[in-house]
Amino acid sequence: MTALLATTHEPTPAEIAATKPYQAWGLTDEEYMLIKQTLGRLPNYTETGLFAAMWSEHVSYKKSKPVLRTFWSTNERVLQGPGEGAGILDIGDGQAVVFKAESHNHPSAVEPYEGAATGVGGILRDIFSMGAQPIAVLDSLRFGELTDARTQHLLNGVIDGIAGYGNAIGIPTVGGEIGFDPVYQGNPLVNVMAVGVLDQERMQVGRADGSGNTVLYVGAKTGRDGIHGATFASAEFSSDAEQDRSAVQVGDPFLEKLVMDATLKAIQQFGEAIVGVQDMGAAGLVSSSAEMAGKAGMGIHLQLDNVPQRETGMTPYELMLSESQERMLLVVTKGHEAAVQAVFQEANLEAVVIGEVTATGRYELTWHGETVADLPVNFLTQSPKQTMEQVKPARLQDPAPDFTPHVADLTTVWQDILAQPTVASKASLFRHFDSMVRTNTVIKPGGDAAVVRLRGTKKALAMTTDVNARFTYLDPYIGGQRAVAEAAGNIIATGALPIGITDCLNFGNPDDPAIYYELAQSVAGINEMARQINTPIISGNVSLYNETDGAAIYPTPMIGMVGLHTDTADITTISFKQPDDVIYLLGDTTADFNGSELQQLQTGAIAGRLPGLNRDKLSATQQSVLAGIQQGLIASAHDLAEGGLAVSLAESTFGTPFGFDVTVPWTDSWLFSETPGRFLVTVPANAVDAFETRLDTTYLRLGTVTHDDRLVVTTADGTVNLDKARLQEAYEGAITWQRS
Amino acid sequence: MKAAVIQFPGSNCDFDMYYALQDFGADVQFVTEKSTDLSAYDAVFLPGGFSYGDYLRTGAVARFAPVMTAVQKMAATGKLVVGVCNGFQILTEAGMLPGQLMMNQTPGFICDEVKLTITNRQTAFTNQYIDATTTIKLPIAHGEGRYVADDATVRMLHENGQVVLTYATDVNGSVDQIAGITNRSGNVIGLMPHPERAVETLLGNTDGRPFFESLLATIITKETVEA
Amino acid sequence: MYIAQITVTYKPSILDPQGEVIKDALARLDYQGVTSVTQGKYFEIKLTATDEQSAYEEATSLTEALLINPNTETYRITMLAEVEA
Repeated sequence: MTALLATTHEPTPAEIAATKPYQAWGLTDEEYMLIKQTLGRLPNYTETGLFAAMWSEHVSYKKSKPVLRTFWSTNERVLQGPGEGAGILDIGDGQAVVFKAESHNHPSAVEPYEGAATGVGGILRDIFSMGAQPIAVLDSLRFGELTDARTQHLLNGVIDGIAGYGNAIGIPTVGGEIGFDPVYQGNPLVNVMAVGVLDQERMQVGRADGSGNTVLYVGAKTGRDGIHGATFASAEFSSDAEQDRSAVQVGDPFLEKLVMDATLKAIQQFGEAIVGVQDMGAAGLVSSSAEMAGKAGMGIHLQLDNVPQRETGMTPYELMLSESQERMLLVVTKGHEAAVQAVFQEANLEAVVIGEVTATGRYELTWHGETVADLPVNFLTQSPKQTMEQVKPARLQDPAPDFTPHVADLTTVWQDILAQPTVASKASLFRHFDSMVRTNTVIKPGGDAAVVRLRGTKKALAMTTDVNARFTYLDPYIGGQRAVAEAAGNIIATGALPIGITDCLNFGNPDDPAIYYELAQSVAGINEMARQINTPIISGNVSLYNETDGAAIYPTPMIGMVGLHTDTADITTISFKQPDDVIYLLGDTTADFNGSELQQLQTGAIAGRLPGLNRDKLSATQQSVLAGIQQGLIASAHDLAEGGLAVSLAESTFGTPFGFDVTVPWTDSWLFSETPGRFLVTVPANAVDAFETRLDTTYLRLGTVTHDDRLVVTTADGTVNLDKARLQEAYEGAITWQRS
Repeated sequence: MKAAVIQFPGSNCDFDMYYALQDFGADVQFVTEKSTDLSAYDAVFLPGGFSYGDYLRTGAVARFAPVMTAVQKMAATGKLVVGVCNGFQILTEAGMLPGQLMMNQTPGFICDEVKLTITNRQTAFTNQYIDATTTIKLPIAHGEGRYVADDATVRMLHENGQVVLTYATDVNGSVDQIAGITNRSGNVIGLMPHPERAVETLLGNTDGRPFFESLLATIITKETVEA
Repeated sequence: MYIAQITVTYKPSILDPQGEVIKDALARLDYQGVTSVTQGKYFEIKLTATDEQSAYEEATSLTEALLINPNTETYRITMLAEVEA
């Protein structure tokens, strides 16, 4: 058997030129020609594989880069913007917050458990490779309709996978959101955000600086799993091409916990000697080592015989492109290797010298005494520029007329909206995640944003993920703006100041000019609102080719936002606090039903034009809420989103013994309007005067919190008494854990 | 009180336990699974988590850690041994407590706050739950918390007052809704709920405080008697 | 060299929740003939022992020491002689 393997040789450079196996790896003929020209020779098999991986969209962002470059990513807090494992913001007292989001859509579509699990593992490595202790994970998930058997299978696998990895490694899953829409049927979205905290003096970056310094390989052994995972994530799905979907890796949270703890310990003890740290993520060893050298403007030389191997008979090509999980690369100052290695060995982990940093600017690989790759680092790490075409999609040229809902029976519609899968309680799903481990979680899943306190300080961090793809579909620019506004609303409702953004840009095939237009417009909208709110975009990820059989998902930018509480005393929840508190609606309400949950409920689809946002007004409302909370005038605060005022009112009573008696100057249907930038707040009766005089926005005084569970609402159409128990049953009973 | 929190590879509630004990003024130290001497401590805590990844069976590998011999020795001398969640699983695997923790009846990890009944308020770990209300609320976070033991063992546990905590509703399929038990002499406790997660007002639950107050009171009483 | 193939399953009296879930799923997939499902664990352990009897004894000993919890689990061992390549 072994004798047989030894005789099957890799194609020669000439054979590669003739048979073009690189096309299947995503490398174009033009790119191959450029490689040939620049090298002045034909690349060998290993080298061709390295280029295919490094120039894939997943690693190089060659197609999305023209748009990503436009992101605003600098302000007074930014210590590290895009380009590293994760972005870093100053939160005072020498501390910093580190965060990033990443998509694992394609692996999760193939093998939902491992796809989601390794998504959690990968994003956590991005955080601790910066020297930060991960403190929280959030998940933003999109699936097809829940009634579909395959969707249930995917949902269960993804939930189980997140739980399996996150719970075991002991980082709490504190929030996120889950949505359902037929456009995600064949292509679910699994976006994971992780947040960490570090002392600024311990900050690390992924750079291979200093000629002669040592490259240390740490963590799991390398196997043949996930080879070409990066190029796999850069191609569309076709439902009959099952055989190509083999690039799934298996995660080991136990091993990653050991790697995480040892890496942080090594940085703490020998930070001076550790020059750079990088996770081996997409395109494994090649991308981590080449990027570290590229960022430092150095060369790197690896002896592949030293790479710990899980399987026998692996080739350089396989070693370099494997995406085995739980592996890290460290660059250590010459002479300090043993001390750093000892930290890992104490935890029974591999920590092996596999190469050194050089001054040559070359990317050199040696195997069995022979050079198997010798390439210019800068050429390998800089994929050719691409010019992408944009065309406004036809559906945006001539939008449908405005949707005008008719609400015949308010009670029924209220109940139905609360039971819509996108609105309904996800508690039965989130309860599988350990949200409390590390004992810092102040606001658990179910609030507007999660809040995690920083032990030993008065500070806390609020965090949220938000997706509003229906609006991005109707208008990518305004949808992008609204996604950021919505995230900021969630952060502010907890009493925190929004400080920064990470994103996952989930889109279809970028070669389709209509899709590229959506990408560019969404980013422009995100950017504009980010500047308005002073939340720079410090990290992120792009997932393209989210299509099945030519049908793209909605343009789905996911906004992950972090906010800062300077005093835990300000932390505010959505729940009503006591009877007789006065209920206010802050911000303007208009007839905003295009793209709304009500439109989806009543017509089964979304359509229409989105009105432009009044950004200044929106900011003024948000600032009023934040000031009111910090001045101690606001008892509860809830951002208004899907389902409008009706949903927020109901949610504020659930889990409390209270009800409400409110009056609105509108017709019934407006209770479900989704005008952005609004909040529902309650104010103790004795603080009402102080609150109103300091308000700098439009407001409606709706009524009061009542001492029992009667829900009374008066509109222009009359007065209705709602049954709280039935509303709650609709809200909590719509989604149940269906393991299969 | 001098307290040791054992860190097995994969323990992840070790810091939570450490901070909770510190909050009650205990002199707490982490002890690795490799240590062999615990004689300096008044009480030892086996924290929650996924020791050795929960591979094979929960607690099955950790029970062979060198420190477990020292834990056995401590228990034999009457000192307090506390196993929470994975710690409880390790104690049953090690034979220090009867029965076994198995996969929840409905498979899947559950993280929630659940109502519990304190069925014995005379133990070293519950004597400060002095309010007449015997129902408390504590966080749980486990996939393998279904307590299983044969009928004779369960009967014996009840007769000897070794059942300390029961779930107010059927949470995971445990026999008689058992959530926590002690050994026969009452100095070793294993429980699936996490009292260390319920000691701070900021985090919304303080029902775990009397658990630690009970421990402290027990140790102080013991010291007084011995002196 | 011998290979011990060890299958660990729950004792019949012990609830196997995974087996139950699989059984329900099979019913949903319309496999009408399924009356029960048990999920177990399978181990393959290579032993240096020179005769089958001592290999079997070692396999039994290590199974009872670590692989099973005797409260709830039972096991079955099959021995194979490994042929030198």
